[in-house]
Parts: sequence; C-alpha cells; structure tokens
Amino acid sequence: MACESTLENGMVEMIKQFKNLTRKFKQVVPSLALMSILVAVWWMLVIMTKSVIFPTPWQVLTGTMELIENGTLWLHIGASLFRVCIGFLLAVIIAVPLGLWMGWVRLAYITLNPIFQMLRPISPIAWIPITILWFGVGNASPIYLIFIASVFPMIVQTTVGVHTIEQRYLRAARNFGVSRTKLFRQVVIPAVLPQIIVGMRIGLGVAWLVVVAAEMIALRSGLGYLIMDSRNAGNRYDLVIAAMIIIGLIGLLLDGIMRLLEKLKLVRWHYAR
Amino acid sequence: MHDKILVKDIRKNYDSEKGSLPVVGGVNFTVREGEMVAIVGPSGCGKSTLLHIIAGFIQPDQGSITVDGKLKTKPSSKGILISQHGSVFPWLTVQQNLMFGLNGDIHGDKRELADHYAEMVGLKGFESSYPHELSGGMLKRVELARALVVKPEVLFMDEPFSALDALMNLRVRNELLRILSEERHTVILVTHDVEEAIHLANRVFVLSTRPTTIQASFDVPFPHPRDLSSREVQELRVSILRELGVNIFTD
Repeated sequence: MACESTLENGMVEMIKQFKNLTRKFKQVVPSLALMSILVAVWWMLVIMTKSVIFPTPWQVLTGTMELIENGTLWLHIGASLFRVCIGFLLAVIIAVPLGLWMGWVRLAYITLNPIFQMLRPISPIAWIPITILWFGVGNASPIYLIFIASVFPMIVQTTVGVHTIEQRYLRAARNFGVSRTKLFRQVVIPAVLPQIIVGMRIGLGVAWLVVVAAEMIALRSGLGYLIMDSRNAGNRYDLVIAAMIIIGLIGLLLDGIMRLLEKLKLVRWHYAR
Repeated sequence: MHDKILVKDIRKNYDSEKGSLPVVGGVNFTVREGEMVAIVGPSGCGKSTLLHIIAGFIQPDQGSITVDGKLKTKPSSKGILISQHGSVFPWLTVQQNLMFGLNGDIHGDKRELADHYAEMVGLKGFESSYPHELSGGMLKRVELARALVVKPEVLFMDEPFSALDALMNLRVRNELLRILSEERHTVILVTHDVEEAIHLANRVFVLSTRPTTIQASFDVPFPHPRDLSSREVQELRVSILRELGVNIFTD
C-alpha cells in the first residue's frame, strides 16, 4: 500500500512539474518566435544585398566560437565585470548612507540635493576627458565613470525611499518611544530597503551601459574594447555583433541577479500587496 | 473612580492659503479611570484631529490635556494610538511587532510577554507570520496586542474598526470588550458608527460640525454583554442620531 501511494505521489509530482515546465515554455514561445524571425530576416537581407562587410548570423556564431576557443572572450568579459563590480560597490557604499542621511536630515537634503540634481543629468560620456586627466588610462578611469554614473540614481532612490515612509509607521515608533537606533534598525531601514534595491537595479543597469562605453577609449581589455578593436583590426563585424549580443545577455543576467534581491524575505512585504 | 484624563478648552486652527480655519473650537471633558468614552461626529468635523491632540501628536493652539494630574505635551507609551489604517510594521513578523514597543530591560522575557498577548488576541500559531499573510481582522488584533504589550494606561482609538467588514467589525469589538474586562484600560474611541459607540462605550460625546465642540453627551448605562437590538439601545441610538442631524422613524 505504502509503496503504491509513494509511486502515485511520484507520478502526481512529475505531472505537476511537467505542467509547470509547459507553462514556462509557453511564456517564452512568442519572444523566441519573434527572435527567430528577426534572425531569418537579417540572414536573408545580408544574402540579398550581397554585403561583404555585414556578417550573417552564422558568421557571428563562428566568430563567437573563435573567441571562446582562443580564450579572449572570457578575458574581456572578466575585465568588464571586474570594473562594474568595483565601481558599483563603491557607489553602493557611498550612496546608501548618503541617501539615508539626506532623506532623514532636512538640512542635508536642501544642501546636497540641488548639487546632485545638477550633476545627475551629465552623461558619463561627458566625464571621459576629465576622468582620463585625473585617473589616466588604466582600470581606475572606467571604475570612476561607473561610480559617477550609478551613484546618483541610488542616492536619489534611497532619499525618495526615506521621504515616502508612511507617517503612520513613524508615528507608531514615536508613540512607543523607541530609541534612535531601534527607530533606524527596525523602521527606517526596512521601510526603505525596497527602494534601495530599486536604486541598485537602476544603478547596476547604468553601470553596465557605461563600462562598455568607457572601454571604447584607450583600454586594452573589456567588451567595449573588443568591439572597437574588432572594427579597427580588419572590419571584423562578426565579432562586433557577437560582442553586442554578449553585452545584452550579461546585462540581462545582472538584472536577473538584482531581481533575486526583491525575493528576499526582508522586502517581500513590499511586493505582496 | 478618579478622573484620569482632563481635557480643558482645546482649540486648534489650521492655517491654509485662504486663511485660518478653525477646526477644534473649545472642547472640555473628563474621562474617569477605566472608562471608555466614545466620540462621534459628522465626517470632517475634526474628531480625528481632536484625538491626535489628546494623544499628544498635534499641539493645540490653546488649552491643555492632563493625565493623572500631569500635563501631557507629547506622545508616550502610556497612551497608545490605534488608527484606522493601522501601523503594524509589514516588514516585521507578528512576534517582532509585538516586541517592538518593549524598550529596555524592565519587561523581563520579551518574547514570552509578546506570545502571551498574541495568545490573548487569538493569534497563537501566527507569531512568525508576516502581516501580509494575515487578514484585516487579524491585523487589527496584532495592532491591539502590540499596544497592550506595553501596558498602556490609555488607548486612543481612531476609527479602529472602520476598515473591517461588518461581520469582522462585530467580532473584533467583542474581542476588545473581552480583553478590556481582563485588563482595565481607559479608552477614548473616535468613531462615526453610533452603534459601535453604544456597543462599547460608557459615555458617548456628540461633536458639532467645524469648529467642533461637544454638542451633547449621553450615558450608556447598560451592562455588558449588551443586547444591541433591545428597545433601550435603539432609543439611545435614535437620540444620538438625532443629535447628529439624522432622523429615523421609529414606532
């Protein structure tokens, strides 16, 4: 009997998983179909126009394989990711405390906010000449650019987070007469955490955009460098497109990692309503 | 029983672009220890403002609030405010919420105390649940328990049950009465629900429109449990509603 029921349970479990899988598959079918159509159109257009420079999807694929085989792809990906990680982490370390402080202390807000609002719309690309002047052409320059690009959205989002804490929660904390430390640890920070994560998602997205742009100038490694180098060294547009697709995929992956943070128990309340 | 809360000539104006808008226009009353008074009034009459002033969250322009002979100027854990939308922290578990107000080391085992009150309001087994996993009625109970844990002398309740559906409203009311029979608190309840006021309170104050003053005061002399369909209760309800400008025809 017991054996039968476990067998039955196993079957039920299998069917459930299968159904789950089919549902997920059905979700990606439309976008996969569109992508296949686009690739087919691209392929047809290249053949029809008899282009000698623009590669077919197949050439892009073989180009990618070439990069994988000679190992340079991992080198470039590693270099880009390293710069993003350092620049982004520095930005988080600065932006979160600063944002909390600006959100909480009015004087800090009215003093710093106008300056940040003015710095924020300056494109990181515009910072490149000054960055090279200050930091030279090594790793420090792209790291600084990433920092500059991602720190402001995170400051803004954290500050907004503090400003939008609902009054009733602060009032309750005041009512119970809790200490400042407790107020921050159990009310302010948990209340703002979802906004901090939103800021981090935006920040990391911008960081990834910027690292590629930064690497196009004066660097010897990274996916941005790979694009410029492939074009300069013999119009290897297959590698240009391969690098672009890889940049897109890694960007997607980074965003996916950030979205995992939204699933943390600490912030799930924010999405559960 | 001695006078617990003395509210003396409270006045409050709100300044807007159009000038000064008088909201509370001189309110006087006293609440005895262990008594529950209900304040009813037309919507927008300033009853919520009045309660926030008494609880210490808003400063009055004039007048004073005295609790046990001491002037009250700011909120404290001796008087907990429970509001319509609730303020249970959604990022803390039920137990963490209940332990929130326990400051310092004077409370002994905080966890045990929190669990005791969770059980009292019927939340045993939900200590580690998050608020978003609970129903509206259960959230109200968490809020009530969190207030009771710190052993406040006074509860200020601002339309506490109005966000609940009628059935749940009635249930939580009964629950509140049961708890208050175990632990005597002084309660000021603001509500727009006349039946709720009669169900719960020892006295009912009817507020006028803005700037609000106490227009009438009713004793509710019925012992608990109260039969809300009894003739006396209905008559009282009609009189209070008439004070509020609503006429209902009765036989």
